[in-house]
Amino acid sequence: MILEKIKEKFLDDVLETSDFRGDLTAVVKKEIIQDLMKFLKSDSALEFNILMDLTAVDYLWQDRTPRFDVVYHLFSLPKNQRLRIKAGVDEKDCVIDSLVSLWPIANWFEREVWDMFGIKFKGHPDLKRILMYQQFEGHPLRKDYPIIKRQPLIGPKN
Amino acid sequence: MNIQAQDRQESFVTSQLNDLIGWARKFSIFQYPFVTACCGMEYMATACSHYDIDRFGAGLPRFSPRQSDVLMVVGTISHKLAPVLKQIYDQMCDPKWVVAFGVCTCTGGFYDNYATVMGIDTIIPVDVYIPGCPPRPENVLDGLMKLQEKIQGQKQMV
Repeated sequence: MILEKIKEKFLDDVLETSDFRGDLTAVVKKEIIQDLMKFLKSDSALEFNILMDLTAVDYLWQDRTPRFDVVYHLFSLPKNQRLRIKAGVDEKDCVIDSLVSLWPIANWFEREVWDMFGIKFKGHPDLKRILMYQQFEGHPLRKDYPIIKRQPLIGPKN
Repeated sequence: MNIQAQDRQESFVTSQLNDLIGWARKFSIFQYPFVTACCGMEYMATACSHYDIDRFGAGLPRFSPRQSDVLMVVGTISHKLAPVLKQIYDQMCDPKWVVAFGVCTCTGGFYDNYATVMGIDTIIPVDVYIPGCPPRPENVLDGLMKLQEKIQGQKQMV
């Protein structure tokens, strides 16, 4: 019912939906992500008021376009309902709209995704690294980051 | 050490200054617990009454490096934290010793990646290594006794 509602409202911008044993997932175009989230948060029949998690996946090994998926996990306290939204982001245009204006928690989540995957968030107030140090080059959870490449601040290189 | 009570009434001992200072120092270990990870639980178990680290004269952890003489590095050290550890070590007054507590501090443990220092001996000199993930309290006490032997046996700075 929730997925139907999304499809009805956003039509072709919803690329794919699935319902695996009550585990709802919708794959959408990244352009609509802010409108979609605003709708999911404010609609009185849905009321997804908590952003549980925001992360990303690198599908380099599948060699697909778009390369990354940004994954949002939402939870509705009034309806006790969960929902997963995925939005593909390609390497060439590695930007997606920020959700800080909707959920303040997105601030740190998005900084982490920027730090680990190098995906930029348009409209983020202070997009800088959160886990690694500022001198660190590259984004360590990208699959093309060498697995044991270290960038120590002090001490030997390896 | 060569202590001889010549006579109960007169009761004096003969020793060498080096041995006497070593004996005093090994039973008055003031440790700085640099606790960063899960090994800290085992450190606490060792320090509490069940295993009672105070039997070895190491019962008073100081939370200022300037008041302590044994730096206990307990838990994984990341590259981001490495300069902090070095600074803490530099702040300690001589004589000072370092104990690498747990396999992460000894060698990096199973973390062979971008984030972890491959053994703290790449940054600061280490006197005693206590391997284990985490080491059992008996293992820690064994390491502590090894450190005491080392303190007793070395040439004392006066």
